[in-house]
Amino acid sequence: MGLDALHGKLTYQAALLGAFALLTSGALALASKATGPAIEAAAAEDLKQSLTQVLPGQYDNDLTRDTLVLPGPDGEITVYRARKGGQVAAVVFQVQARGYAGPVVSMMGVDRDGKILGVRVINHKETPGLGDKVEPAKGNWIHGFEGRFLGDPAAEKFAVKKDGGVFDQFAGATITPRAVVKSVKAGLEFFGREKARLLDESHSSPAQASGGQNHGGSAS
Amino acid sequence: MTDYARISRDGLWDNNVVFAQMLALCPTLAVTGTATNGLGMGLATTAVLTVSNVLISAIRKLVSPDVRIPVYVVVIATLVTLVDMALNAWVHQLYKVLGLFIALIVVNCAILGRAESFASKNAVLPSMVDGLMMGLGFTAALVALGGVREIIGSGTLFAQAHLLLGEAFAFLELTLIPGYKGYLLMILPPGGFLALGFLLAGKRVLDRRRAERAARIEAEPAVA
Repeated sequence: MGLDALHGKLTYQAALLGAFALLTSGALALASKATGPAIEAAAAEDLKQSLTQVLPGQYDNDLTRDTLVLPGPDGEITVYRARKGGQVAAVVFQVQARGYAGPVVSMMGVDRDGKILGVRVINHKETPGLGDKVEPAKGNWIHGFEGRFLGDPAAEKFAVKKDGGVFDQFAGATITPRAVVKSVKAGLEFFGREKARLLDESHSSPAQASGGQNHGGSAS
Repeated sequence: MTDYARISRDGLWDNNVVFAQMLALCPTLAVTGTATNGLGMGLATTAVLTVSNVLISAIRKLVSPDVRIPVYVVVIATLVTLVDMALNAWVHQLYKVLGLFIALIVVNCAILGRAESFASKNAVLPSMVDGLMMGLGFTAALVALGGVREIIGSGTLFAQAHLLLGEAFAFLELTLIPGYKGYLLMILPPGGFLALGFLLAGKRVLDRRRAERAARIEAEPAVA
């Protein structure tokens, strides 16, 4: 058979490998193009959901449009601001820290006094069944942050119990909760540092605030 | 003639991916902390295994034996990535639950193993059946292992199944031992090895009993 004779030829083998590499990368490119918008839409929907989860209550503006990009502890942080009567009532931003298997990314909402409104882990690759108890669907742990601020507990107590702090770790998984606690603490410190800019206090009129400097970019 | 019953029995029991071939132990031990996780990993793997067997079988005459492994690896990796993207785009809720497992499928040597030992030598339809049956056998093994570890480790069975299968399957979630504090060792990796060891021993005992009975039945008429 002709094909069998070709099998031993080096040129055929090289061409075959090349053809498969081309075909599969082509398929991936097409798929990426086809699924891209849907994935983006799903991510945006997730973002909206996690925003409303960490921000209980009603606000007057569309948070996803009122953003501010500030330099944070590790790279730029996109801050979403919720307003009531033109004044910033609360801010939401992402924080992250290294977990057991890659970064653990959380979304946290902080009111204008620096008190935590809510925290949600939105992206992680922790061990299923152990570290994933930080997800609200799999445990109540994440609600333990609500109402906390730097001072309750004090900065040195803002850690898991194993490190002398006040937050529980999980049996068999200390690294994941430790990462979340650490990132939340860093988030609160970031809030304290950037409070004036976050709360837009340099601007007196809300019209100016929502128009001028807010278009620093919303993509992250 | 293709013997589909033989293929099915091989996949489900005689040549089971985990309990007989001892393949794919890395994802097996990693995700079977609960029966639900085992089920999710098993179903995702079954889908990929079936499609990969079909594809590999379809191109088997084209691929020269010297370069078959890189070709299979590229095909399987592409497939997994496609599944990952498709789930993320169109069934995002399911992706949030299964997403953790899908990346792990690439490292599942059972898929390459079936491509190499079955799909590369057989026609498309038998390869599809083989992929499906091997996948279901793998799923059953993972659910069994996850079930044992979950019951001993936390006293529940199919916890959080509704996240994977939808609210209609919430009835699967059982608390078998109320107020049980849990035996953490079984959830941790050593528990995976322990449970797997006992399940393997159990399968050996069953197989030997069956073989002995078959031998007796065969021996009796000869004596009489």
